[in-house]
Amino acid sequence: MFDFLKFLKGSEKDSKDVAKDRLKLVLVHDRNNCSPEFLEQVKEDLIRAIKSYMDIDEEHLDIQITKTVDDKTGKPALVANIPIKNMKRHS
Amino acid sequence: MGEVIVITSGKGGVGKTTTTANIGTGLAKEGKKVVVIDADIGLRNLDVVLGLENRIVFDIVDVVHGVCKTRQALIKDKRNENLFLLPAAQTKDKSAINQQQMKDLCRELAEEFDYVIVDCPAGIEQGFKNAIAGADKAIVVTTPEVSAVRDADRIIGLLEAAEIYDPKLIVNRIRINMVKRGDMINIEDMKDILAIGLIGIVPDDEDIVVTTNRGEPAVLLDNSIAGKAYRNITQRIMGNDVPLMDLDAQSGFVSRLKKLFNIR
Repeated sequence: MFDFLKFLKGSEKDSKDVAKDRLKLVLVHDRNNCSPEFLEQVKEDLIRAIKSYMDIDEEHLDIQITKTVDDKTGKPALVANIPIKNMKRHS
Repeated sequence: MGEVIVITSGKGGVGKTTTTANIGTGLAKEGKKVVVIDADIGLRNLDVVLGLENRIVFDIVDVVHGVCKTRQALIKDKRNENLFLLPAAQTKDKSAINQQQMKDLCRELAEEFDYVIVDCPAGIEQGFKNAIAGADKAIVVTTPEVSAVRDADRIIGLLEAAEIYDPKLIVNRIRINMVKRGDMINIEDMKDILAIGLIGIVPDDEDIVVTTNRGEPAVLLDNSIAGKAYRNITQRIMGNDVPLMDLDAQSGFVSRLKKLFNIR
């Protein structure tokens, strides 16, 4: 009978999957509870750390806290997009 | 030295008090010395769920303010002499107690009892902070709804911040038929989302309403499915390995027939 009901509903997603997806996203934001100031601080520290290894495009540097790509745990990830201008040579 | 376990949830109405009453009664039935503390000051409820509302003389606020001895405020359960209730005050508010007082009280009770179970108020403010202040362990109760799960997640974070690690989850009020047709978040989803260990699942059961009406916890009813779930949780709290209830088997025709004839 349940399959028949599903047939009637068409290919609509199960409501529990909708709930799960919505929850996962909302939790990502709830969990890191991060202010813009906090992110800015992380960003500055990252730049400082990376600078000694490479020239980076600070203007276009973007960091955000979001879902992990391989999202099995529902844990958020810090994703940083840091354009490199030049690698520094280490002799 | 006994163990202090706080039962918490964030969201109200998910079954903290029912859970506290059933776990407390279940542990006492297993021969453990148990005290259940109603930490919801101003909204006292654990007494009615346990059917002890007519016996209250002193309450938790009287104890911490030295109006009476701890012993004098403890109410012995009608059914089990191992179980005691420390009721909340009804006419005061959360600020009548502070975290240090709660900590000291829990320590004192843990000297004498095997288990001190604290029924935490809803919310994340003073009442919550008080309730968890003396806890060694925490059980987070949730239901399979987005609002309850979200609040549970928040609570898990706050417990960790308070250095109460590895809380355990109870998923309450599972409607087996809705899970089957994909209209209710299932146990696997729940574990996936909250990423904490499960200590029990409790199916939605009319017996809970009936037993609460009567003031007699469902854990004492042999043929109640929620009662069985709480007995399992009791065993796990005592460190015994009991498999999770098979929900499929509980909703079938045969099991309903069995229930009708009182076989289990």
